[in-house]
Amino acid sequence: MVKGYEAVIGLETHAELSTESKIYCDCKNQFGLEVNSQVCPICMGMPGTLPTLNEKVVDYAIKMGHALNCRINRICKQDRKNYFYPDLPKAYQISQADVPLCENGYVDILSEGEIRRIGITRIHIEEDAGKLLHSDKFDGASLVDLNRCGVPLIEIVSEPDLRSSSEAKIYLETLKSILKYLDICDCKMQEGSIRCDVNVSVHKPGEPLGTRTEMKNVNSFSAALRGIEYEINRQIEVLEAGGTITQETRRWDDVKGISVSMRSKEDAQDYRYFPEPDLLTIVVEQSRVDELKEQIPELPNAKLLRYVNEYNITLKEATFVSESVELAGLFDECMEKGSGAPKSYVSWIVGDLTKYLNETGSDVSDTKITADKLIELVEAIDKKTISNAGGKKVFAVLLKEDKAVRDIIDELGLSQVSDTEFLEKLADEVLASNEKSVSDFKNGKTNALGYLVGQCMKASKGKANPGMMRDIITKKLAEM
Amino acid sequence: MGLYEKSAAQLSTMLQNKEISSVELTKSVFERIEQTEESVCAYLTLDEENALAKAAEVDKKRMAGEKLSPIAGIPTAVKDNISTKGLRTTCASKMLENYVPPFDAFVMKKLRSADAVVTGKVNMDEFAMGSSTETSYFKKTKNPFDLNRIPGGSSGGSAAAVAAGEAVLALGSDTGGSIRQPASYCGVVGLKPTYGAVSRYGLVAFASSLDQIGPVARTVEDAAMLYSAICGHDSMDATSAFREYPDFASSLNGNVEGLRIGIPKEYFGEGVSDEVKAAVLDAVKELERLGASAKEISLESTDYALSSYYIISSAEASSNLARFDGVRYGFRAENSDGLVDMYEKTRSQGFGAEVKRRIMLGTFVLSSGFYDAYYKKAKLLQMRISAEFSKAFESVDVIVAPTVPTTAFKIGENTDDPLKMYATDICTVTVNIAGLPAISVPCVHDENRLPIGLQLISNKFTEDILLNTAYAYEKQTGGFVSPKL
Repeated sequence: MVKGYEAVIGLETHAELSTESKIYCDCKNQFGLEVNSQVCPICMGMPGTLPTLNEKVVDYAIKMGHALNCRINRICKQDRKNYFYPDLPKAYQISQADVPLCENGYVDILSEGEIRRIGITRIHIEEDAGKLLHSDKFDGASLVDLNRCGVPLIEIVSEPDLRSSSEAKIYLETLKSILKYLDICDCKMQEGSIRCDVNVSVHKPGEPLGTRTEMKNVNSFSAALRGIEYEINRQIEVLEAGGTITQETRRWDDVKGISVSMRSKEDAQDYRYFPEPDLLTIVVEQSRVDELKEQIPELPNAKLLRYVNEYNITLKEATFVSESVELAGLFDECMEKGSGAPKSYVSWIVGDLTKYLNETGSDVSDTKITADKLIELVEAIDKKTISNAGGKKVFAVLLKEDKAVRDIIDELGLSQVSDTEFLEKLADEVLASNEKSVSDFKNGKTNALGYLVGQCMKASKGKANPGMMRDIITKKLAEM
Repeated sequence: MGLYEKSAAQLSTMLQNKEISSVELTKSVFERIEQTEESVCAYLTLDEENALAKAAEVDKKRMAGEKLSPIAGIPTAVKDNISTKGLRTTCASKMLENYVPPFDAFVMKKLRSADAVVTGKVNMDEFAMGSSTETSYFKKTKNPFDLNRIPGGSSGGSAAAVAAGEAVLALGSDTGGSIRQPASYCGVVGLKPTYGAVSRYGLVAFASSLDQIGPVARTVEDAAMLYSAICGHDSMDATSAFREYPDFASSLNGNVEGLRIGIPKEYFGEGVSDEVKAAVLDAVKELERLGASAKEISLESTDYALSSYYIISSAEASSNLARFDGVRYGFRAENSDGLVDMYEKTRSQGFGAEVKRRIMLGTFVLSSGFYDAYYKKAKLLQMRISAEFSKAFESVDVIVAPTVPTTAFKIGENTDDPLKMYATDICTVTVNIAGLPAISVPCVHDENRLPIGLQLISNKFTEDILLNTAYAYEKQTGGFVSPKL
């Protein structure tokens, strides 16, 4: 609740599917290539060209439908959404109107320690449009890049079940995580592979729902968070000042941090949807629907529960690891092959690994770390071959270089000395040359123990097993 | 008799026997064009240089003993809404006056691999919208049988060129009668294939669910030869049927013994001239003499077909033609103020009146609040009309009807009355709505010596029956008569 108002939020999320080729032609579906290089007469909408559906798009969308617990409409059609814009070469977008491929689903999200079920109205397939390029260099003109035309999209429409901007963000993070798990979307926010439109209204508890506004151009999760917060506050301010909310479409300006009115309901575009006559009705066999369901991996929510229940790791750690398909994959493999405690693997994953990934902006796959190496590292620490501090040094190398843990330990000379005879000899030497500390200890200055152990460590160049060293010094002091 | 007057079948044999060369034949056709084109005005773009080069290439292949297609070396004209790589494709519109496609239509690939000699691109109603070829932005094509009359449309250039001997064969396209109606007016054969039999890839779309490319020729056998060359599955067209086709020309035998003919009374009602009625019913008698049987049938929803057709075709056209916006290719208006103004000026100036009329009609019937009342009802009627045909084909093999209610009208006669113009499509649109094949074959000539066409309609993918019936009738009556030009 904000200032006595409840917010009601629904999201329309567009995710670009990572198929090899585009949805209606053979052009490569790849981001960042030279302007207008990934185009053909079909995706450029040249006269006389016809679309043919890339079946992979249907498969990917059905997978998402399964993951979001949707009903799959095995018989559905594609429709034309007609509007003029220079980035839309046919002047219509092939989409799905009244019968989407998937509908009536839900997704559970974890919001402030509480499980919230968010309804999914529908998921449909459609084609992306191109991009307009604006620059001072263009002499007042705008240029068009059609590379993105025909990139396959799914639009995931949620029910207005979200109650706050932070909940909306968690919902988006959850979708992103699922898309990654299904391996159907790159989820590269900076490349616009996930974008959303936001519907927001506010009302006082117990009163009917308020008039909603739609906000477009929300191109990152943080923009969604800011945009929703802005819109909630704007609406409350209008209402508090005695005004009314107009049903309208607004445009989010993330740089200025404000939304501005694009068009009112009266000016709403009439898209004149009608069935796409160039394409056949989509008919998916039940066996294919079932087969795709079998291909759905264990999803983040299920993993989270398993981690908490079976491995006894904290909810925070379990959430963090399960959200990332890469981290969870690494952890699961460690658990499967290794014999270390779950906690020891998780600590490396949520600690040093995550820190490194965040600092460098890289993915697990960009590093040289593997489950086998992490298992070996944990084993070395458990067996006290190296210290925790030594482990950190080894880990730093494992991230960047494809070397065996054993070799790194040797190269860095990190093996801990646990040889009792050697340690006792070392202790004798240190005790002999630190008579003052020994007498301090005898006189009750117990912190002299720490000093003596430290001297032993120093003398061993850090290789002495610190636990054993301490035990030996303690024993010898007692004997003196 | 000049080579240009001979049938493709005759010429094919002469070429195979090396009695003539394709270069000779092609020259003969271009000489004819030289003589008559000024009065007929069938072509928008002539491609003599490439045609002669192709002819020489075919001759060379033949001399080398290669096995060639029956239409190899035959001069063929192509309607200007079929994309030809490197050759201007205007759709007879100012909008595409200088548009040169970067790719070939599927049928063009087929024609090229069959070694047909493409003479050029022929006139049509703008974007195939019209029944007289008068809506062409560039020129008015004349009926070779009476230069004061229209050749029909929208494939008026195809029919006139073939009738005048300015091409031996031609490709047309038929959305509501656009092959059959001009074929009827110009006394030639025009086949509208089953929807899905010929790929639409590269045909500039008018109404996607109704458009089909088909052959125009002077004889049924010629039409069958060209049809065999262009039909077949195309993975680039999702609506293309996945099936094998026979060699239609070689299976013609003229045997109609036992053929069951249906005469739908709704096609002989008001507006159909007595001469046309008599000619068609005489044709049925001819077929009966050859062993066919005939009975009257009823296709009750025929009255609604025209409205249904104009709603569906205009709705699809309004969307299909939206891409002509001045952004990427074709005409762009000068001196516009901003994007919306550029769109408005470009489309206002680039399209002719008839095209704009259809775009507005189509936009209206798809608008929210009107969709259910118009588009949806038209689609329901489409289902009903299709169902009536299916039912009829349980008891008959071929339905016989006039192609057009009258013979060719005078240039300018109907241009101010679109509804009167639309009414000329009354006998042809049902076939497109139901996705059926139909052929117009020359019947007799009327008192003004203008040709009358006989339309035969059959069930989906039974072009063999259709062609064979037309063939039998043509053999009996003599078929094509050359106009005096």
